[in-house]
Amino acid sequence: MDLYAGVDVGSLTAKAVILGEDGAWAGESLVRTSPDFAESARRALGEALSAAGFPGAEPRVTVGTGYGRASVPGATRSVTEITCHARGAAALVEGAALVVDVGGQDSKAIRVGPGGRVEDFAMNDKCAAGTGRFLSAMAETLHTGIEGLGPAGLRSRREVVLSSTCTVFAESEVISLLAKGEPADDVAHAVHLAMARRLAGLVRLVGAHAPAVFTGGGALNADLVRCLESVLGLRFTLPEKPQLAGALGAALIARESALR
Amino acid sequence: MSALARLRYRLVKDALLPAALALKRGGKKSRPPDPLFGPPLKSTSDLRRIMARHYALASHAKGAMPVAWVTSGAPVELLRAFGFYTVYPENHSALCGARKLGPEISAEAEARGYSQDLCSYARVDLGHAFSGKTPVGSLPAPDLLFCANNICQTVLYWFKALSREYGIPLVLLDTPYLHGGRDEASAFAYVEDQLRRAVTDLERFARKDFDEARFLQVLESSRRAARLWGGVLETLRRRPAPMTIFDAFVHLMPIVSLRGLPVCERYYEGLLAELRDRAERGVAAVPGERHRLLWDNIAIWFALGPLARLFAEHGAVPVVATYTHAWAETAHQMDLQNPFAALARTYGGIFLNRDLAHRRAFLEALSREYAVDGAVLHSARSCKPYSIGQYDLKQSLRETPGIPSVVLEADMTDHRVWSEAQARTRLEAFFEALEGRGIGGSSDQGSA
Repeated sequence: MDLYAGVDVGSLTAKAVILGEDGAWAGESLVRTSPDFAESARRALGEALSAAGFPGAEPRVTVGTGYGRASVPGATRSVTEITCHARGAAALVEGAALVVDVGGQDSKAIRVGPGGRVEDFAMNDKCAAGTGRFLSAMAETLHTGIEGLGPAGLRSRREVVLSSTCTVFAESEVISLLAKGEPADDVAHAVHLAMARRLAGLVRLVGAHAPAVFTGGGALNADLVRCLESVLGLRFTLPEKPQLAGALGAALIARESALR
Repeated sequence: MSALARLRYRLVKDALLPAALALKRGGKKSRPPDPLFGPPLKSTSDLRRIMARHYALASHAKGAMPVAWVTSGAPVELLRAFGFYTVYPENHSALCGARKLGPEISAEAEARGYSQDLCSYARVDLGHAFSGKTPVGSLPAPDLLFCANNICQTVLYWFKALSREYGIPLVLLDTPYLHGGRDEASAFAYVEDQLRRAVTDLERFARKDFDEARFLQVLESSRRAARLWGGVLETLRRRPAPMTIFDAFVHLMPIVSLRGLPVCERYYEGLLAELRDRAERGVAAVPGERHRLLWDNIAIWFALGPLARLFAEHGAVPVVATYTHAWAETAHQMDLQNPFAALARTYGGIFLNRDLAHRRAFLEALSREYAVDGAVLHSARSCKPYSIGQYDLKQSLRETPGIPSVVLEADMTDHRVWSEAQARTRLEAFFEALEGRGIGGSSDQGSA
């Protein structure tokens, strides 16, 4: 059976999605990225093939994406995560017109056209503000862990203001808010609101259109999503596995290129 | 000015330098052909020789003739009529950027309190003035500074700082910003009046009378060079383009630094002939030309080579730029019958001195004339006046003529703000969108 693989090597996690001959989802994986991108890609692909029930199989076509896209062993070609997230999100949510992706290293807003085509996009500049790194740094300062940051924010009862989205300055601001006795939950919510405002800026550059999809690790943070929704006045659809949207897009492109 | 210094300058210019450059030319090895690119331009070796000569001569000019440091948008024709040796700090900063020395030299200015948010051309130039650091051996210290604020307001404060540092006079040409509704005739009259006063100042400074016949000769030469440069750029309308805008960024140097001199005209006559010949024979700068692009803003000097390669790998060819057009755009206004009014119009009316509505119309016109499929808008971190409004331009390009664009964050010389991986992702995603990858794939959606 012909298999098609998409491997998304991000700065924090490497993801792989396997599609079967008919294009149906066959398996997936999500592993932590090691400093060796090629090794991470191999591990992600290996685990996804095992999950699909074809351990050790060789996909007919593999497409690499993400920051380490050029280091995916055996990849026929590499495609940027922007194209792949758009393609993946359009497959997950019918008619998707906007994708917000918050990954480890960058965040982006993508205007999506028919068939998952990229119409326009905007990304953060050379700065960690508005990225998963920002959330990690804040989670560390607040001692919530990255998974605990969203629930903490949701528990917030009172709005406090965080003026900075610069990871370095925000950290010292968070520390001084905590020192002033502000509850960690309220500070966590403030972090999300500051980040949502930053993301909203990217979204406005490409246009806030519905249906909107939130992908990447950031989508797992329910308070961040809620904040972005309230800032933009726009509902976001959350795929079941938002971190896999890029790998899925790559796998779809792999299959298309084989069938073309 | 000493007679001995003049004699030495002549000796270096007419005998020593030509011999040294000929020797160097003989020793140059040719690189193996690169399949991504068409044959290299033959004129490039002439360009290298001319620019090497310009900077080598500069160090001997001191004492032989008055030396002026000039902004790129200043009417240098006036200075040439008085026999100044002219140095362009912006050109020198670009050169430092291309050699990846931007951060190192600008750090010399930053250590003296100049903010990293200031124009990196200014920081590199001031850093050079404070430390003497330069990749060109040495630059002659200026005797006079000549500045026009038609390109930005920063040059005024930058040149004032130079004036204090060297303790020398600054001649300023103030060109009112032309926004919609402004009475242009009175703005130009104001500039013309300053030009006439500048002549008096320069007469006093150079201790000689203004030679109007010489001035007209220079003006004529400058006009011809600008027209030739315009002709050079027009050859890029051809499909495939005989050179790219990345090449044009390099071949721009003479029109910036040497216009009004015979060497500049001769150079562009040669380049134009070569490009016309290439266009005629269908020689492509990038044999796989698929997407024709417009470039907005100054070059990213430190990444010119890698960018040219990345674009070429995707068949993307930048064929027109607002930046390179700046020295051709207003040349037709150089009217020798009325030289001062013409200079005022030519220099006071450049697009950088006009509002966003004009810029939008300019971009739209260039997009149509060069039949581009998309645009790359370089948002130069430290060049605010050129970069502001680019998201509005992006929006308007999407409406008319209906082309997509990408904003690329960088700087002209300061590579500390540059992220190679991020830039690559942005550009590749843009090229993928141009390719229309992903179209028609809706029938085989995966299901999670």
